[in-house]
Amino acid sequence: MIKRLTVAAGIAALLFATSARAEDLYGTLKKIKDSGTIVIGHNEDSPPFASFDANGQPQGYSIDLCNRIADGVKTELKMDNLTVKYQAVNGQTRTPLLVNGTVDLVCATTTNNFSRQRQVDFLNTMFVTGNRLLVKKDSGIKEIEDLKGKVVSANQGTTNEKVLTELNQKLNLGITILPTKDQPQAWVALETGRTDAHMTDEVVEFGLINKAKDPSAYEVTGRLLSFDPYAIVVRRDDSAFRMVANHVLANLFRSGEIETIYKKWMDPIGMPLSNNLKVLFAMQAIPE
Amino acid sequence: MRYDWDWSVLFTDPYWSWLLSGIGLTLLVSAASWVIALVLGSAIGVMRTVNNRLMRTFAACYVELFRNIPLLVQIFLFYFVLPEVLPTPMGTWLKRGMPYPEFWIAVVSLGLYTACRVAEQVKAGINAAGRGQMNAGLATGLTPVQVYRFILLPVAFRTTIPAMTSEFMNVFKNSSLALTIGVLELTARARQVSEYTYHSLEAFAAASAIYVIISFIVVTLMRQVENRAKVQGTLAAEAH
Repeated sequence: MIKRLTVAAGIAALLFATSARAEDLYGTLKKIKDSGTIVIGHNEDSPPFASFDANGQPQGYSIDLCNRIADGVKTELKMDNLTVKYQAVNGQTRTPLLVNGTVDLVCATTTNNFSRQRQVDFLNTMFVTGNRLLVKKDSGIKEIEDLKGKVVSANQGTTNEKVLTELNQKLNLGITILPTKDQPQAWVALETGRTDAHMTDEVVEFGLINKAKDPSAYEVTGRLLSFDPYAIVVRRDDSAFRMVANHVLANLFRSGEIETIYKKWMDPIGMPLSNNLKVLFAMQAIPE
Repeated sequence: MRYDWDWSVLFTDPYWSWLLSGIGLTLLVSAASWVIALVLGSAIGVMRTVNNRLMRTFAACYVELFRNIPLLVQIFLFYFVLPEVLPTPMGTWLKRGMPYPEFWIAVVSLGLYTACRVAEQVKAGINAAGRGQMNAGLATGLTPVQVYRFILLPVAFRTTIPAMTSEFMNVFKNSSLALTIGVLELTARARQVSEYTYHSLEAFAAASAIYVIISFIVVTLMRQVENRAKVQGTLAAEAH
């Protein structure tokens, strides 16, 4: 009898232990629990998504979303004193720093695509944009076809550069491409007449014009030349963390709070919430 | 660390040809800048040693000006500021009239910067040859130009080969700054491959290896040159 009880107790203990182990954390959640810190990787020069405020604190639409995710992780792991650290990254450093565990999320203007998904994973889409042309109003340029034989800039290594190169070949436009290093340089090149147009994401163009000395001299023109869904980047094969983060986003989408955050950052640059994006938010409002 | 290593991206098209064209541009920018640096640097270096105050002051100013401004700032000044302060037609020509404006501005600014460093080496080489050589040359009836041409400069160039080699290494590595004004040299191409494929580590490892290999080849070649050109009766010659 006693022997049987022992066996029963043993089995119970085993079951208990198994269920406890099922709750064991892994991946990013375990790393955050162990270190007491979540590290948000962010861009420095991509307003209104991620840049610095006057006090040197990261700010922007993507940063707001990542801060909400950090709050969500804090609740999930029941950690009252979770430290949120910020680490600036750029196009070259974001993948290595994410993959080697230096940062846990990348909050920037990263387009989700399959070639990148071989290396990293993306949360649900937070913004949708595409390539359009940024030109001087008096240039007479309306569509990409008007750029025959002109000089057009696109930043090195971006999807914008890729789209421009492909369209240039496909439409046989004979455009001279100036591969600029970053947005400020592309802007100076356009301003000083070195280039006739700059090709980048529509939303970024609105932001650039907004900061210009004379915003009325510039315009965003032409049709959308690509489809760029922006998403926050996380490590691959980490569905537990991904779920917690996507849950936070779904709550924002469902409650409509996302529109408040959107307006906070996009109203100043005159970028209205498009119907497409509204529908996208609604479609990703996964229920509890 | 979970990283999906895939070295084959480096050998697939178009990434392979991007890196190759990057190597080509890196070598082209370095070589062209080096020509400017060597010619101008030798002239400035000689001017620093001649017996003419005006020329000496001019050369010293040149060296201090170019040596004390960071190269990146110099490139930006040449690229962004110079065309705006010049008369409009010249500025427009610099910006879009001439072929490959980015390439030439990178070459010229890198060349002018390196010239000041070469000048210092040439000056040191001439001074190392010693005042006695100059006086002896003049005493045999040579003109000052001939003393420089036949005595001082040959000795100076031969003794400064190791220093010149490291200056060339500097040009070679500094050429990566050309990417900041849109020259797609090796580093820019590596960044491009990394952005397109998300295989950053492979792309930058490849670029680093290429830089090391080319540097190694140059150093090995220059060591041969150095051995053949060493000046007999100097410390450098006895050390071998």
